[in-house]
Amino acid sequence: MAEVGQQHPIKVYFLVWGLLFVFSIASYMVDYFEFKEHLRWFLIVVFMLLKAGFIVAVFMHMKWERPTLITAILVPPLVLLVLMYLLAFEADYAWASRIVYFGGEVDPIPLPPPTHAAVPH
Amino acid sequence: MAEAAQTNQGPLTTIVDDWSSDVTTFKAVPWGKAMMWIFLLSDTFIFTSFLVSYMAVRMTQTDAWPYPSEVFSLEAFGTPVPLLLIAIMTFILITSSGTMAMAVNMGYRKRKVAVFWLMFATAMLGASFVGMQAFEWTKLITGEGVKAWQNPMGAPQFGSFFFMITGFHGLHVSAGVAYLLIVAIRVLRGKYDNTSFEIVEITGLYWHFVDLVWVFIFAFFYLW
Repeated sequence: MAEVGQQHPIKVYFLVWGLLFVFSIASYMVDYFEFKEHLRWFLIVVFMLLKAGFIVAVFMHMKWERPTLITAILVPPLVLLVLMYLLAFEADYAWASRIVYFGGEVDPIPLPPPTHAAVPH
Repeated sequence: MAEAAQTNQGPLTTIVDDWSSDVTTFKAVPWGKAMMWIFLLSDTFIFTSFLVSYMAVRMTQTDAWPYPSEVFSLEAFGTPVPLLLIAIMTFILITSSGTMAMAVNMGYRKRKVAVFWLMFATAMLGASFVGMQAFEWTKLITGEGVKAWQNPMGAPQFGSFFFMITGFHGLHVSAGVAYLLIVAIRVLRGKYDNTSFEIVEITGLYWHFVDLVWVFIFAFFYLW
């Protein structure tokens, strides 16, 4: 067994390989059976994170690395969640303003509705 | 982890010790592998920025956003199957990830011929992925009339984001195919005989990352 390299039993790789197929089929089924709205989004994200987790942990060997490398690589991307939150937070308002100002409705005091659901398309 | 367990210290102590050791921070990691991880980290930021801006544009869009399930459906045996080509592309990429993982494993066993053929198979699967993407683009551009600046099915930004995100990913796959073939040939020629074949693992990291990005594109662009 090599000291430097990542040497693991082939069985682990086959197991993860199989799991990736199962999760892919599952996420495809979400579309095929036309799940809608929150259930759809939830299932998509669950299967996506499961696939991503197994690829990073086993195929990319993160599971067996020292905590120094794991944290140096996996912690910085968390700031991207902040970017996502900020843009999503602003998007509701931007969308409402567009509906009000470009939607063709004449209103002397336009008040942007709070959520998507409040405005009929 | 193994070292940490031997000295009975927690992960936090290991992290602090490694960073403050005044020598190599990433211990027992070849420098090429550490650099590949840092490159992949930067690439993560690029791809996430694309996906987050796509999210913001889609959320603020007042025109209708095309339903990807129907846009990317393909006719098979006379009936339209949703996302058929995309599903096949996903399975091809997963299969190629598996052959790559096998190549890395064979590399550490120093079985050079097996490494070559497994990496060659990975590259061919990658090339077929790019081929299918070219087919998909052609169908969308000439068949549906979607361009980077227009989209007859609704929001024109659909075209912009589709071509930018899948194009940037396709570029990564194409570069990966070239990278895999170069390393595979060098392995066979014996260029790495005096090393412990970590180059195969480093190439593998890049290839698995390409698969990883596709997982997110598949979820957020095609399924959402």
